[in-house]
Amino acid sequence: MIEAVGLTKRYGDKTAVYNLSFQVRPGAVTGFLGPNGSGKSTTMRMILGLDNPTAGQVTIGGYPYPKLPNAPRQVGALLDAKAVHGGRSARSHLLCLAQLSGIPARRVDEVLGVVGLQEVARKRSKGFSLGMGQRLGIAAALLGDPQVLLFDEPVNGLDPEGILWVRNLMKALAAEGRTVFVSSHLMSEMALTADHLIVIGRGQLLADMSVKDFISANSADFARVRTPDTEPQLREKLTSALTEAGGHVLPEQDGALRITGLPLPRISDIAHDADVRLWELSPHQASLEEAYMRMTQGAVDYRSTVDQKSGLMQPLPPGAQPPMPVPGQGQPDWYAPPPPQQGGQPFAMPQGQPGPYGAPGAPGAGQPNPYAQPAPAAPQTPAAPPQPPVSAASADLTKPEDAR
Amino acid sequence: MSTPQPPMPQTAAPDWQAAAPGSPYPTYTSPIPVVRTHLGHAISSEWTKIRSVRSTMWTLGVFVLLVVGIGLATAALVAANQAEDSLTGQNPLSFGVFGLLLGSMCIITLGVLTTASEYGTGMIRTTMTACPSRARVLTAKAIVFFAVAFTVTFASVLLVALADVAMLKGAKDPSGGDWLKGTFGISFYIALLGLLSLVVGSIIRHSAGAVTIMIGLVLAPLVIALFMFSSALEKVRQALFDYSIPNQLGAFYSNSLSDTGPTGWDPVWIALGVTAVAFAGAVALLQKRDV
Repeated sequence: MIEAVGLTKRYGDKTAVYNLSFQVRPGAVTGFLGPNGSGKSTTMRMILGLDNPTAGQVTIGGYPYPKLPNAPRQVGALLDAKAVHGGRSARSHLLCLAQLSGIPARRVDEVLGVVGLQEVARKRSKGFSLGMGQRLGIAAALLGDPQVLLFDEPVNGLDPEGILWVRNLMKALAAEGRTVFVSSHLMSEMALTADHLIVIGRGQLLADMSVKDFISANSADFARVRTPDTEPQLREKLTSALTEAGGHVLPEQDGALRITGLPLPRISDIAHDADVRLWELSPHQASLEEAYMRMTQGAVDYRSTVDQKSGLMQPLPPGAQPPMPVPGQGQPDWYAPPPPQQGGQPFAMPQGQPGPYGAPGAPGAGQPNPYAQPAPAAPQTPAAPPQPPVSAASADLTKPEDAR
Repeated sequence: MSTPQPPMPQTAAPDWQAAAPGSPYPTYTSPIPVVRTHLGHAISSEWTKIRSVRSTMWTLGVFVLLVVGIGLATAALVAANQAEDSLTGQNPLSFGVFGLLLGSMCIITLGVLTTASEYGTGMIRTTMTACPSRARVLTAKAIVFFAVAFTVTFASVLLVALADVAMLKGAKDPSGGDWLKGTFGISFYIALLGLLSLVVGSIIRHSAGAVTIMIGLVLAPLVIALFMFSSALEKVRQALFDYSIPNQLGAFYSNSLSDTGPTGWDPVWIALGVTAVAFAGAVALLQKRDV
């Protein structure tokens, strides 16, 4: 059980973490998400008493970390895999940690077995790959058989087998009644591993809720409706009927309609009443990744830009046109915030500025893009906050079809 | 279709205790018995650390090589070239000082590495997580390092001293006091110098920086004094000479470069005082700073 109350950390005039309050409960895997530089690692260091908070406090089981009786027996942590003296063998590294907290030496060989490093136990950790370093770090976290476990990016550099192992390990640890707090950038991994999410951006809490709720609250779940291609007038008819009933209708490029704000049975009823046949009526839920991007896009500090390579270009011959950069190429697209009636904007996130690539681009113009060319202005409810133009979400980045 | 999700309240969380009986959440209890940790655990951990890295073997190996090698070579050279009665009244142990002066660089390096290398590698975060009592970690490091440095220095110095006495027949017979100062005393002093380096390493948290500072501390006063020609600076020059570390080393054999400087056991008291102050400062900084 980790509890943070009003946690604040300033480095000079830069505020890394501001007024962060959350609880991490036992018996569940809690994911800790946030863009680079959002204060995840700082928060983890404060939990472990490595950094002193400027204000507020964080406790584990009711105690600040330094006051815990035999802290390493209650809390295990993988902060970063390289926090190891490279000249020391894996076994010596774990042995000195075991001795420090009065753990019997045979436990060292146990955890080496658990993480699969017995073969290289007497090799110096300098020669370890990133994945092996992670395994050594996980071994150190497990050494004290603790009640609370913190992992900062545990699957970094692990092979698929290792990722699967970590995923099952986290779940098994939580199932034993331990508190497991994991930070990661891999959304697909978090969706599979975590039960609960704490999301921060620019050092402030953005969300503290279950994965399911998080996705629902931060994604524009929609229904796709397809009317017979042969009769375009049916499409018009259905659109007006649905809009009348309070739904938002966005035509899609291939003639389908994207409907938000109406439950599926209601859409079916309306279509039936309007005497419109349907070829498709399907629910769509966004992935955790899309929900996350939607939520944190205003809080991203480090955003990549297109590499123009202008310094490397030969001067163009007179009259020649410079090549136009393909919009959205290699770029994460702007994710439209959830429509207001979808649970609104529960979080006071910066709103209103359209993304740098807000214009509808068509990445992969060759293949049909189900979301390309949305209507620029959907009907708005009067109380709705200003909404940036809905942009094209590239199909290769978001996988809304396979929800979670 | 999702239902509206109200914002999560940040402060209105239920008030409950994780460890309290009747907690609504499951808890895990490890089958491994939990012991109360103390300084002894930290000392055994630091002992494992210091003997499991190669830099310890390298620095101590070179130290022994320098002290014993140069000590024996000096003794052999002096023994071969001494004129009749030229060594009369001389303390034969004093020929060990040349090797020690060079060897002290190795002890300084090892002392700095004991603390600063943990900062360089990031190991310190792992250590401080495993032992949140930072003063305990530094104390354990200091005890283990001092014991290792003193033992190795004492063994090397004793070997050289025995060889000196055996080879230099013309010199005086060292008294019990001479023996104590020339072996135990100087080893204690060198180990203290290493301990000061360890403390400086903990303050500076950067290996190269701390080694530079310590080597500067050993050599700079003497070098600076050499260039103080002006008579107005005569007093400063003399003080720098007197309290330079090579001169203080000489005091252990009562053949200082000058007559006004520290004598007898003074260097040990000076080093003890400086190290104690630096140690207190390092502990205070350790508590205050983020790891």
